[in-house]
Amino acid sequence: MAEHSNEFVRVHGKIFTKPFFVLLALSLVGVFLIIVRFARGIGAVTNLSDGYPWGIWIAYDVATGTAIACGGYAIAILVYIRNRWKYHPLIRSAILTSLFGYCLAGFSVVVDVGRPWNAYGFFTPSRWQPNSAMFEVALCIMAYCVVQIIEFLPSVLCVLEHGKMKRLQKVFYYFRPQHTTRDEAMVETALEWVHSAVAWFHPKFNNLLIFIVVLGLVLPTMHQSSLGSLMLIAPTKLHPLWHTGFLPLLFLINCMYMGYSIVILESIISSFILKREYEVKELSGLAHIIPWLATAWLAVRLGDLIHRGQVAAIFRGDFYSLFFLAEFLLLAVGSLLLFNRELWTSPRWLFITAVMMLLGGGLYRFNVYLIGFNPGRGWHYFPSLAEAMITVGIIAIEILGYQVLIKLLPVLPNQHLHRNIAPAQPHKLPCVAVRG
Amino acid sequence: MTRDGLLPNYTRRDFIKTCVAVSAMLGLPASMVSKVAEAAQNSDSRPTVIWLHFQECTGCSESLLRSSHPAVATLILDMISLDYHETLMAGSGHQAEKSLHDSMMANKGNYILVVEGGIPTKDNGIYCKVSGKTALESLTHAAEGAAAIISIGTCASYGGIQSVGPNPTGAVGVRDIVKDKPIINIPGCPPNPYNFLSTVLYYVTFKKLPELDQMGRPKFAFGRRIHEHCERRPHFDAGRFARAFGDEGHSQGYCLYKLGCKGPATYANCSVLRFNDGAAWPVGIGHPCIGCTEPDLLFKTAIADKVQIHEPTPFDSYAPIDLKEKGKGPDPLTTGVIGLAAGAAIGAGAMMAKKLPDGPDKGDDRGKSD
Repeated sequence: MAEHSNEFVRVHGKIFTKPFFVLLALSLVGVFLIIVRFARGIGAVTNLSDGYPWGIWIAYDVATGTAIACGGYAIAILVYIRNRWKYHPLIRSAILTSLFGYCLAGFSVVVDVGRPWNAYGFFTPSRWQPNSAMFEVALCIMAYCVVQIIEFLPSVLCVLEHGKMKRLQKVFYYFRPQHTTRDEAMVETALEWVHSAVAWFHPKFNNLLIFIVVLGLVLPTMHQSSLGSLMLIAPTKLHPLWHTGFLPLLFLINCMYMGYSIVILESIISSFILKREYEVKELSGLAHIIPWLATAWLAVRLGDLIHRGQVAAIFRGDFYSLFFLAEFLLLAVGSLLLFNRELWTSPRWLFITAVMMLLGGGLYRFNVYLIGFNPGRGWHYFPSLAEAMITVGIIAIEILGYQVLIKLLPVLPNQHLHRNIAPAQPHKLPCVAVRG
Repeated sequence: MTRDGLLPNYTRRDFIKTCVAVSAMLGLPASMVSKVAEAAQNSDSRPTVIWLHFQECTGCSESLLRSSHPAVATLILDMISLDYHETLMAGSGHQAEKSLHDSMMANKGNYILVVEGGIPTKDNGIYCKVSGKTALESLTHAAEGAAAIISIGTCASYGGIQSVGPNPTGAVGVRDIVKDKPIINIPGCPPNPYNFLSTVLYYVTFKKLPELDQMGRPKFAFGRRIHEHCERRPHFDAGRFARAFGDEGHSQGYCLYKLGCKGPATYANCSVLRFNDGAAWPVGIGHPCIGCTEPDLLFKTAIADKVQIHEPTPFDSYAPIDLKEKGKGPDPLTTGVIGLAAGAAIGAGAMMAKKLPDGPDKGDDRGKSD
């Protein structure tokens, strides 16, 4: 039975807007270049070399991209572990972003590593190399993608259960312009059958969902810290400003505050573009958490640098020290600003600080993977245009998919709901009535 | 085909009879006779070497005799067929000359001609005559059928001591006389025998000349200067010199540059290979190099004369570890595009930040009405 607490809504708006076509063009460029990559080899498309075997695809698409995609993880921690149900409205959009982020990160790895026909090895236990951090990252990310698809299913199921699927009907009638009442009756029966099937499945699915959610909390903890572990084995190549035994911990905390920041950013941008009300109530709560996480991160960072005697390197004024200061200051200023509670309710300042945190956190990951990495004298790397356009194309696919799905499925929170009422029984996940 | 040589009346029939007798004595079956004959008449696959001596002191041959790997015996019995060498051959007189003539006939176009000693050219070259022929004639005649010519020693390479001013005999090296054959110069006074042996065996093995420098010297031996691989180079670099024979510096084994060492201008491998099977070389035992492989130094400059140093800094004999740019760095187009994109993003962000309301009650009433 449908419930009337419509926590999530579909956005009403045209799908084929100008931004849609711009993003589509960028995506198609990216897809074309990916085909070139597979047809002519990675050297034809990138500036990767023996000294720099990984570049922007790993540093951004995988390392930073998954951190950005940690919104779902971050909100899930709040909602399901800290039991703060007032943030529940944010969860579906966060999971959608997260889903796209992780699936495309996995796709980027396939594009980078190549030979996708060998991917069956992941599912062949005799081929597993459990001593490899990268193996753990790969398995975790694949599992997490599956988990997120399942976590996102409720919105799909809601549409299937209650929706009239007018668009689908339009498509169907397009192919049969002279439809009779019999056709219409057939469509109605089909629709009813789908509704009842999903209605039977949905409660069983809900019971299963909590285990999926738990998995969805464990997996990112594992692979985000493993992303940090990946660089542990390169102490001779990673500049001492970044190489530390604390890399896994730093990456984990980093992904958490980046997750909150991206939720804030994405919410504000969506509200801005779609002309919705800013979700200041929820976002201010998140803004409260970020500075504490960032402070913990900065404390570990500074403490570790002092302990290893690398403070002099910070002020040396060379290439590495400048990038360190950039990352540090972005994070420090962005987070310390958020200790001022007046800023929590200001969409402008939420936006600015979220951008600073994301830039700083992303820069930290870039520094660890690429900028602070020195493979030896004489090696240079800067992404080629094609390489950068593939990354841009993948980001465009993400944004495009997000844009389309929020208009097709109930993802964004319903702003007309009375804010103060949190659902009484949290584990009976509310469904949605699609309007119009 | 008979060669008029040692046994002019020995026919093929006689030869086969000998082979049958030998096979019988060895206890071999009759069918093996043809194999014995084959082995006995086996065309000698050793390359033929004809060695001519002109204005020389025979030091180069003496140097060769002191080699031990291979020893001269191994060389001339197993590796080459030394058909004419006035010092080493058994025959003499008419017999020797006949051997020379016969060998040049039989191996025409295939033999290696080694020349030791300078060739006088003044007055039609009468200042050196062997067997009634001038050196000039002998050389020109022998060079016709040679596959390659090796000039061993500075005398054959450039003219040597007899060519020092006023050069009364007009002595010159082989390269000034023979122009149409490949000539390998192995200068030195005497040269290290292994330089010669290596060259000969290289040619015999690969059937081609080793890489030569502009003066026709093999690069493997004459590619670097003494100064560049001298064991006393650190003393040179640090400024420690012997100033007189027997002084403190000389006893300490300091650099001999100030005593006139020609090492900085001499291309040779004496410091590495050394002489008498690596026992000693001049600088190592305290005498400055006299530049005996260079046409302009040996006997033409005083031993005490110092040479000009053109590269005072130590030779960087290891390949540099950062040869060239590795990997692909930024190119203008990409940097431009990325820069523009970044700028546009920052600009858009700033614009958006401006448009956003500053607080919960400020700003527009979006989404408030239904």
